[in-house]
Amino acid sequence: MSTIKKEMRKRKINSFMKSYKTNTMGLIGGGILTFFIIVSLLGPLVFPFDPMEFGQASDVLQPPSSNHILGTDDMGRDVFKNLLAGGRVSLMVGILATIISMLLGTTIGLMSGFLGKKTDMVLMRITDFFLVLPWLPLVLVLAAILGTSIWNIILVIGLTSWAGTARVVRSQTLSLKERPFIERVRAIGADDKTIIIRHILPNVFPLVFANTILVSAVAILSETTLSFLGLGDTTRASWGMMLHYAFQSGAASSGAYWYFLPPGICVVLVVLSFTFLGYAFDEILNPKLRRR
Amino acid sequence: MKKQYVFKKVLQSLVTIFFVIIFNYFLFRIMPGNPLAMIMRNPRASAEAIERTKELFGLGQPWYMQFFIYLGNLIQGDLGLSFIHKTPVVEVVWSRIMPTIIMVGLAQILSIVVGILMGVISAWKRGTKVDVIALSFSLITYSVPTFWLGIILIAVFSIGLRLFPTSGMLTPGKTFYDTLNMLKDYASHLFLPVLTLSLVLIGEYALTMRNTLLDVLTEDYMTTAKAKGFDDNYIIKKHAIPNAMLPMITLIAINMGLIIGGTIQIETIFSWPGLGRLMYEALNGRDYPLLQGIFLLITISVILANLIADITYSYLDPRVKS
Repeated sequence: MSTIKKEMRKRKINSFMKSYKTNTMGLIGGGILTFFIIVSLLGPLVFPFDPMEFGQASDVLQPPSSNHILGTDDMGRDVFKNLLAGGRVSLMVGILATIISMLLGTTIGLMSGFLGKKTDMVLMRITDFFLVLPWLPLVLVLAAILGTSIWNIILVIGLTSWAGTARVVRSQTLSLKERPFIERVRAIGADDKTIIIRHILPNVFPLVFANTILVSAVAILSETTLSFLGLGDTTRASWGMMLHYAFQSGAASSGAYWYFLPPGICVVLVVLSFTFLGYAFDEILNPKLRRR
Repeated sequence: MKKQYVFKKVLQSLVTIFFVIIFNYFLFRIMPGNPLAMIMRNPRASAEAIERTKELFGLGQPWYMQFFIYLGNLIQGDLGLSFIHKTPVVEVVWSRIMPTIIMVGLAQILSIVVGILMGVISAWKRGTKVDVIALSFSLITYSVPTFWLGIILIAVFSIGLRLFPTSGMLTPGKTFYDTLNMLKDYASHLFLPVLTLSLVLIGEYALTMRNTLLDVLTEDYMTTAKAKGFDDNYIIKKHAIPNAMLPMITLIAINMGLIIGGTIQIETIFSWPGLGRLMYEALNGRDYPLLQGIFLLITISVILANLIADITYSYLDPRVKS
């Protein structure tokens, strides 16, 4: 039994990899993301950065030079080093918020779809409620109330972005639980917990995966926007905080392009890579799209 | 049947609005301490505002009574005093609605027209260079933080080319001798904010139009139409596009959230004196009554937009029953 299962899983992964390798969007997205993950893991080790350490007056807003390849900001800090450190913060926010959102969305979707009846009704009402609430204002208000530490920001983004995933998981669970193989497993004597964890979860996981990759993109964008609007963690050097300081110091009107362009470009590239990956996985894993 | 459906939807929306009010009420009370303590901590709160808030919240009474007092005030349109402006929240909010409606309205019209056109062309020429360019445009604008796009446009058009002013609604200190001159000045201030919001929205509309059109093209009735001998042009125009337009109605409502998010950022960047800019000011001044009022207004408008979309959809699509 278990060898058959292993063989099937191996085959599934192989066929996924085969489709992935021919998917241009997926390859570009994967490439960019891998680059950013490696750079933000290793970069700060080679070029350490402390956001609280300000430079000399003569270092303020200097254009790129051999000393500072991307110039300096209005506090005399090195933009390139800040950029490397910022990558860490932004990716961390994106990934941790996505994990919270994925866990919540999957649990609620599974429970709603599998248990049905009243549980389904209550959970879906809550889901609809979160779907209809305008997202950015909600996140802004929550962040303003809870306080602006990086952990609060992660929590707020995670707690407000699960509704879409819950919907996808629920509809998938609903169709799965009517399939004959679930009936067979139940006839052998499996209980609900086993059925959900061993048989339904592995089948909904691919779709959850495609869905949550898009959540990561939104999470990183939200952290950037939150920080830009003055609700960021001032002790962390995220890309959003860089853009916040850049705008506050009037970098755009003084022509300090080296200050406001690099963080924005990094955000765009990382978000784009997540979006590309999300679309690619959706195309590979969603049978309805393959037909087109 | 249809009446029943509409009734059900209206009822559902009312229930959701009620939940939003409860949610909004408790949201602003999860702060440590009581509301008064949080207001006292705010250096901008005047003695009058504190007194007013005390009365408004019904402090000293049991929590359920406090909720009913809040509800009663709300129904009478009393949302308390703004800390920053020291005037009733309702008045402050009201004075900022028009600029936002003008900016968002223009951007919506522009982006719906351009977005639908782009989506149709993209689906029609699926897999060609045109499609790839349109698709990349959509995905890139989706990935660009709205405020950053605004900054870039300011840097290029205002600072670099000196074509448009950087911020505000009218040039400060300028006197206008006739309306035409004033309108000209207004329009030049409006141009960049509208452009920014449109750029964000066009991609969204184009992508959805493209995808629904592609979905429609795989439906069985498309094969039937082909079998009847209609040519491709005719089928796309008369069969595919009308059917693909339906989901767009829902999208326009769903997009409300996105539009509001974009508006907050754009109005902040361009100092456009609308609701988005007001929310930014309320956030940074920790003006909780004002923030609560704006949040309530935004959520209720989103729910109403969804309701209108649902009802319109049910009349346009005969397949929707109760």
